[in-house]
Amino acid sequence: MSEQHIKLPEGSIEKTTTTLNLGPTHPATHGVMQNILELDGERIVSTEQTIGYIHRAFEKIAERRPLAQITTLTDRLNYCSSPINNMGWHLTCEKLLGVKTPKRVDYLRVIIMELSRISDHLICNSIVGVDAGAYTGFLYVMQYRELIYEIYEEVCGARLTTNMGRIGGFERNFNNIAFEKIEKFLAEYPRVLKEFENLFQRNRIFMDRTKGTGAISAERALNYGFTGPNLRAAGVDYDVRVHSPYSSYEDFDFTIPVGTTGDNYDRWLVREQEMWQSLSIIEQAYRKVQEFKGAAADVYHADVPEYYLPEKADVYTKMEALIYHFKIIMGETDIPAGEVYQSVEGGNGELGFYLISDGGRSPYRLHFRRPCFIYYQAYEELTKGAMLSDAIMTMSSLNLIAGELDA
Amino acid sequence: MALSNEHIKQRLTEKFPDQVTGFEEPYGMLTFEAPKDLNLKVLNFLYDDEELKFRFMTDLCGVHNPHNKAKELVVVYHLHNLEDNVRIRFKVSTDINQPDIYTATGLFSAANWMERETYDFYGVNFVGHPNLKRILNVDEMDYFPMRKEFPLEDSTRIDKDDEMFGRGGTQGFGTETNEADHRNSVIAENEKNDETGRPIV
Repeated sequence: MSEQHIKLPEGSIEKTTTTLNLGPTHPATHGVMQNILELDGERIVSTEQTIGYIHRAFEKIAERRPLAQITTLTDRLNYCSSPINNMGWHLTCEKLLGVKTPKRVDYLRVIIMELSRISDHLICNSIVGVDAGAYTGFLYVMQYRELIYEIYEEVCGARLTTNMGRIGGFERNFNNIAFEKIEKFLAEYPRVLKEFENLFQRNRIFMDRTKGTGAISAERALNYGFTGPNLRAAGVDYDVRVHSPYSSYEDFDFTIPVGTTGDNYDRWLVREQEMWQSLSIIEQAYRKVQEFKGAAADVYHADVPEYYLPEKADVYTKMEALIYHFKIIMGETDIPAGEVYQSVEGGNGELGFYLISDGGRSPYRLHFRRPCFIYYQAYEELTKGAMLSDAIMTMSSLNLIAGELDA
Repeated sequence: MALSNEHIKQRLTEKFPDQVTGFEEPYGMLTFEAPKDLNLKVLNFLYDDEELKFRFMTDLCGVHNPHNKAKELVVVYHLHNLEDNVRIRFKVSTDINQPDIYTATGLFSAANWMERETYDFYGVNFVGHPNLKRILNVDEMDYFPMRKEFPLEDSTRIDKDDEMFGRGGTQGFGTETNEADHRNSVIAENEKNDETGRPIV
């Protein structure tokens, strides 16, 4: 063989399957993750996932940060519903510190968390539509995600990486514009959601594309550690909001929608129904918040002077406030020693925080239980033998968020 | 009948007398330890037992305690009984020089990536794992970054001056003191030369 011959890798001529790299920067992966697919024609023989492209070592960074500064790290986990992560983290700290938050704070948090759930599900469901070729729904609902972001903006000043709230409550009370926007959302969104539903739910093409693809049984889903809508689509009614209520979720009346087959269509339906439930929870919470009158309507945080930044005016005039201000800003507050696990129902599953403190100023160890990191490993099983185009839909209907996957 | 922590503890001590130890209940979650050779036996017992039914693995992660000799690395399992809605925490510790622990992938498919992550960051060698390789870090990495001997900030950096914040010594560039001296001398000079207090420069 002369040197001009192309040297092919060993065994590549005999090989009957095609290797396809899907990702890490493929538009259909909706995030930085790589799938090495082995294809026989259009059928998938095997899949191998490579993740870690945007790993930022949050768990390590957290070991050198005071509690309040870790909130910004949680923003960047599931960035489609950052406020849930923020509040999950605050709830973890409050559990460790033994802080009891006032009811009004709990209800305000519930409003924000359910708004984030809606924005999270909205993205996921409309992206499933995009991958099936239906772009309209995605563009149509985007304006209501925009409205949700405007509400965040009124509450905390930021839109995507919110860093919302503080240990003990919120940094400031909700202003009237925020409440007006919540009212606007409650008034307008049901119509939009209904229309979005009409676009997809009984759409022949959409049903043909999603029904029976990417299915998983309840047993396998549990064994794979599925949580959130993906588990519920398989028929298990596990929801952290009901099983271990936090932030006064026990005061609300809502149902947990479940599917039966665990396929892409059921996942889509479960998310769709959860948005209706979230809407009802927001309505209830909004009504409860409106019941607080007078001084009670000004309560927006618990009394935790060691962790909650004092009013600026007090810092200039009061000794204690100045001391606490300095200690919080410089991160010089010792955290009580302890070991705590707290989880919240995130946009795509159970988001857990496992915090070990040895009594220092920053956590000794902090581990994030990231739901999509755990269920993404089932992707190979979900797509084995499936068509390539179905595998893309499966990926988007699992609601994978690269920021959370890689922490 | 709801499953109480007391009952779980009793069942475990019946089955593994003197081996399952360190029972605690921090913030209401039953926590216990076992020797590392028994981890699968305990997990299997918790899974199969008709009363306990801990069949959902919520979380698996590593912890490094460098001062706890011969037990430096800890693997923490968070298990959940979804029927009775009870969570427990189970810990196994190992010597850092021989960090071999049996894999739980045979019991929980969820453990696969979580064990890879624990291996990636702490170097726990899960014996019997089907695909034990790094997951978030690059394959070429030759250390385990979450271990405590790796400080977070690069200790060779000298541009960070903590002295202002009461955090001890500094290793500045060496130029700061000169600049400060220079500033002070200019100010002193000005005060000496200009009686109106206006700077000459």
